[in-house]
Amino acid sequence: MRVLSCSDADMYEQCSVSPFAIGFSTVASPPRRKDSIKVMHPPTSNTTTFNWAFFWLCSLLLSSLVWFITVQISNKDSSSQQKGLLIFGVVLSVLLQETFRFGYYKLLKKANEGLLMLSSEETMPISIQQLAYVSGLGFGFMSGAFSVVNILADSVGPGTIGIHGDSQHYFLSSAFMTMAIILLHMFWGVVFFDACEKQLWWSLAVVVSSHLLVSCLTFQNPQYVGSLVPTYIIMFLMGLWAFVCAGGSLRNLKFCLTCKDKDFLLAHHRPR
Amino acid sequence: MNTSDSEEDSYNERTALVASEIPFVPSYQDQAQPTDMEPKRRHPVAPEQPVEPPILDRSAVEREPVIQDDEEELTLKYGAKHVIMLFVPVTLCMVVVVATIKSVSFYTEKNGQQLIYTPFTEDTDTVGERLLNSVLNTIIMISVIVFMTIFLVVLYKYRCYKFIHGWLILSSLMLLFWFSFMYLGEVFKTYNVAMDYPTVAMIIWNFGAVGMICIHWKGPLQLQQAYLIVISALMALVFIKYLPEWSAWVILGAISIYDLVAVLSPKGPLRMLVETAQERNEPIFPALIYSSAMIWMVGMANPARNADRASQDTDEEGYQGESDALARDRAEPETQVSPGMNRSYSTEEELDEEDRGVKLGLGDFIFYSVLVGKAAATGGDWNTTLACFVAILIGLCLTLLLLAIFKKALPALPISITFGLVFYFSTDNLVRPFMDNLAAHQFYI
Repeated sequence: MRVLSCSDADMYEQCSVSPFAIGFSTVASPPRRKDSIKVMHPPTSNTTTFNWAFFWLCSLLLSSLVWFITVQISNKDSSSQQKGLLIFGVVLSVLLQETFRFGYYKLLKKANEGLLMLSSEETMPISIQQLAYVSGLGFGFMSGAFSVVNILADSVGPGTIGIHGDSQHYFLSSAFMTMAIILLHMFWGVVFFDACEKQLWWSLAVVVSSHLLVSCLTFQNPQYVGSLVPTYIIMFLMGLWAFVCAGGSLRNLKFCLTCKDKDFLLAHHRPR
Repeated sequence: MNTSDSEEDSYNERTALVASEIPFVPSYQDQAQPTDMEPKRRHPVAPEQPVEPPILDRSAVEREPVIQDDEEELTLKYGAKHVIMLFVPVTLCMVVVVATIKSVSFYTEKNGQQLIYTPFTEDTDTVGERLLNSVLNTIIMISVIVFMTIFLVVLYKYRCYKFIHGWLILSSLMLLFWFSFMYLGEVFKTYNVAMDYPTVAMIIWNFGAVGMICIHWKGPLQLQQAYLIVISALMALVFIKYLPEWSAWVILGAISIYDLVAVLSPKGPLRMLVETAQERNEPIFPALIYSSAMIWMVGMANPARNADRASQDTDEEGYQGESDALARDRAEPETQVSPGMNRSYSTEEELDEEDRGVKLGLGDFIFYSVLVGKAAATGGDWNTTLACFVAILIGLCLTLLLLAIFKKALPALPISITFGLVFYFSTDNLVRPFMDNLAAHQFYI
């Protein structure tokens, strides 16, 4: 089922699709956020982002493999069965993503400790909080890209949204959902790492279950009210939680916004 | 067709042996002393002979001994920094290729023309025949490459530097003028831009002339890098157009195996090339290599400038030698841009890490772009392209990590191409139906 139909390249239709494309892409990519965490410039963080993206990709690959196998052995004509298998695929994918996040976290911890032992410095080149942020970014970037890039490409047109009776808000809702997912991945990353560091297993469980919850909420699409609104609520809550985990507080926030954070300013002072 | 000529030239490229014009620098020896006495220096210093860190290069590269850096963390830090320095150009090249493939339909049209190196057609009746033909094509292509590599080694051994140099110039001429003219023509056709010949002539003339100068002589570093990226992209586009479907994939696989063998095995042509260069204490291959930085000899007199046209970072740079008769050629010596950095000079010690660059052979650029371009061309799915892109970059990352650990010439293709191929086929066949289904129902994972 496609919400677009490749109708004739009518100028009018093109006009109606292209504004969506533009507004859409601006919504879907979240602005770079700088929390109170200082984001590390060094190459280490950038390469790590790609590594995380790669691990997300691996988890997706594995879950697609399992889904594919189950589909092959199932009854292809029964649409309810196919839908059921898809739901199973989604749940499996979410669980695998979290497993890979945990796995790579363990790997990086070991690597960091090893590096620390070898080097003469006392502190790690990259703090665990920065790692958490970068991990969330990597996962979010890849997840968002995979969700949205095909839709973006299609939105260039020509076509009409929902010409066969599907929802008119396909692009917009996809854009908002993608943005929410990307931000959520970042928050989940921060909370996840914090939970792992402090051995707070219930926190971990909450992260995993909120991820599952958000994915399961999307089963209600195209009733977007049921999926988008709770997702955004969860996103704000997770955002607050991540902020607190990362060491933020009202005081920090005030200093940051009014440019009075002396430590930050000193650290980033650039002589003219 | 012209392509075959350029292929010829391409093969003979590897001769970025412009080194013939670089006088041997005795000053290295003399100056080696001060540096040796400063072991504490963070930057490894050049030893008695010009050292080259493992070369991340498809072309036969100088595998000059790398100075051992004691400090692991520095190595790893360098590694990380080098990774970024290479990510950007590789990404740019891939972006150019993918953008062209997606917009200019010329490069995805198959009109039956093929390179003479892949004579067997893929329009066969059975799958088995098609597979057989693609394997045969690959065998022919790889043998041509091997032959050219050996030819290059022989030329280098017998010091036919002028011949090599001339060949290099010819092939870059072909690429900068003819291929870019074709490319421009196709872009104009795609966007239906009205254009007259005199304007095109002027554009192409300027583009080509500046390119030749930048690449073979002197020019701003960034301009040179841009030209190298552009010619890699052009070459990759040619391959994507003229290599038949299955042959392209098999060739990609075969070339990474060849790369592995040529660089690592004791009798590999690339290894021999590098060893010969080492024996002669000459830097080889200033050309055909993309360099991300150059070192300026601060306040040095002329001898220093002539000393090393190849801006070879004699220390950490990752050099991974790989001779690939193909594309490498085009890489003109970037060295022209800067006098080589001769670590043995103490003035160089003041240079920061930022000045250390890293080098990657143009052949690597080309094959990475061919893989991603083919992923973009076959099927309209952007997920596959994205997956291949990430896989290749991660492969590059891993390769550089290995380089930092082993500190010797390593081939840059195998890991990246393997990852790329695995991800291409698995994403295309497994992930795509899954994601399509999810998108249709608007489920999010």
